[in-house]
Amino acid sequence: MYYLNFKPEADAAWQELAKAYTAETGVEVKVQTAASGQYEATLMSEIAKTEAPTLFQVNGPVGLKNWRDYCYDLTGSKIAGELSSDDFALMDGGEMPGIAYVIETYGIIVNTKLLGDAGYTLDDIKSFADLKKVAEDITARSGELGFSAFTSAGMDGSSDWRFKTHLANLPIYFEYEADGIGDTEAIKGTYLDNYRAVWDLYINNCTCAPTLLSAKTGDDSVAEFVTEQAVFYQNGTWAYGDVADVGDENLGMLPIYIGVGDEANQGLCTGTENYWCVNKNAAPEDIQATLDFMYWCVTSETGLDYMCSGDEGKMGFVIPFKGNLESTNALVNIANDYVAQGKTSIKWCFPTMPSEEWKNVLGSALTTYAADQTDANWETVRAAFVDNWAKEKANPTV
Amino acid sequence: MEKSIKRYFPVFLGPTFLAFIIGFIVPFIMGLYLSLCDFRAVTDAKFVGLSNFARAFQDAEFLHAFLFTAAFTAVTVVLINVIAFAVAMVLTQNIPGTNIFRTTFFMPNLIGGIVLGYIWQLIFNGVLARYDLALKISAKYGFWGLVIVLCWQQIGYMMIIYIAGLQSIPGDLNEAAQIDGANAWQRLWNVTIPNMMPSITICTFLTLTNGFKLFDQNLSLTAGEPMKQTEGLALNIFNTFYTRVGWQGVGQAKAVVFFILVVGLGLLQLRMTRSKEVQQ
Repeated sequence: MYYLNFKPEADAAWQELAKAYTAETGVEVKVQTAASGQYEATLMSEIAKTEAPTLFQVNGPVGLKNWRDYCYDLTGSKIAGELSSDDFALMDGGEMPGIAYVIETYGIIVNTKLLGDAGYTLDDIKSFADLKKVAEDITARSGELGFSAFTSAGMDGSSDWRFKTHLANLPIYFEYEADGIGDTEAIKGTYLDNYRAVWDLYINNCTCAPTLLSAKTGDDSVAEFVTEQAVFYQNGTWAYGDVADVGDENLGMLPIYIGVGDEANQGLCTGTENYWCVNKNAAPEDIQATLDFMYWCVTSETGLDYMCSGDEGKMGFVIPFKGNLESTNALVNIANDYVAQGKTSIKWCFPTMPSEEWKNVLGSALTTYAADQTDANWETVRAAFVDNWAKEKANPTV
Repeated sequence: MEKSIKRYFPVFLGPTFLAFIIGFIVPFIMGLYLSLCDFRAVTDAKFVGLSNFARAFQDAEFLHAFLFTAAFTAVTVVLINVIAFAVAMVLTQNIPGTNIFRTTFFMPNLIGGIVLGYIWQLIFNGVLARYDLALKISAKYGFWGLVIVLCWQQIGYMMIIYIAGLQSIPGDLNEAAQIDGANAWQRLWNVTIPNMMPSITICTFLTLTNGFKLFDQNLSLTAGEPMKQTEGLALNIFNTFYTRVGWQGVGQAKAVVFFILVVGLGLLQLRMTRSKEVQQ
């Protein structure tokens, strides 16, 4: 069997896990990882080969559209029976073409030590208004404090997804909630003003001038956070490895408040955009081998250890299967605390975004706006958000 | 001798010809066919006729990419050829250190486009950051940035071709013109340039097609930012094919249009400059 892996950060762990499986069962497992941002392109060329991937992944309903004809129906499979909730199955017309294999959470990662130096605690921030007050106060005193509020909201390709996808999730989520829907052909942009307010806050209270953001990378943001140049860093549980140097005791997480809904009970953003799909066109025995491997990954001791342990060289995932283990990832534990306190998690609605194109256009518009914060440029963002949504949803995929 | 060439030519020609078929002819024919298909993976395609071409021509971004590329090519063809010619003239005047200069000017051409793009991105952003600006915030910066990068890369290469051309002009022609009383300017226009036409043909052909085919530098320097304002034709085709779900066939159709365009322009240019070449 052949697995085309999406997550570069988990590549080494998958290679090890594949070896362990071969040692235990004698079945050969080939794992390849696509370069960051190149998954679709890689899959496109790999699937045309004779030795095509037997296991690949899609990011949700929208990604599924492209690969629907290649997806084996997982209904009734052994792995489907291991799901901790049916919500984590990707359903389409009575079939189950995909199964989520990791749940992730994002929010604003906080360096609580620096926040303390600025005279605040996490309890002081319970809403967007609080966040704005604290961030602007830190900016006003940044010379004396020696650090800024936010890390640079880098709009380089290595980092822009944090804003064009993850941050954009919030106005979409609240609109879906208000309208009682889970997807739409035409988004209204009800909460775009809030999106603008939080974006303004990010870009005008960070470590650099907003005109420089187009050149800032994901590594820049991490470096600024780890070297204590900034208090807030928007990212998720997967980034634990990057920020662990700050020390678990100094790490906190805040919900991304945008001034909408019941902020007192708002939790972090939790969901998945990683669904396993089995290649229907593979030989029947290869399909069976793939199903066996997936089942083994989420039930066997070795498999679970590799998937859930936060140790060096393991994946540190929270998996939506019954066998999920206690995590050693501090950010995951913070996320669990929010759930335990009864906060309402924000769903990941971005898998319903119309296309990669939609995200890319929105990202460019946000960058342009950051460099020159005029109403005219915000109108471009609005058009990218609202008008382009309908256009891309209507995109003929034949 | 003649006979053995006839007998053994498949041995010498075969491998290259095979490589040419596999690496060029087959993909080219497949590409032509795929431009008429809807597909995700190149091995299972559904025939859809000309609809991909219709969608390609309705795509406003494709048109913008064409105009951007045309403007870019016009500027770079002129700049690269004029500067390369001037440098070649200077470096054939027997000034000391000529060889060092020639080598140095040629060297940028040895660096790949992607690397070059990233290095120049750092340089441009480093300079612009002093004024709180960045390369990707304005199409103007992106355009001129690309012009600078391509000039820097190609002037040395064209210079070598021009130097070879200059050295092959018989010295007695210029001498005779000088004796007849022609000044330096007249000698340049009436003796040197007409004799240089074969080199000019090659260099304009190369710079013209390179301008249109610009890809690596475009991808790494600006990636089309801001808002696809600096997206050239080749990058537009690549993005259509690889990042847009259900647009693979359209990307392929654009590639066919692109091919016809570049071949057409190349042939036109060859005819125009060839007709000015003189027999020595």
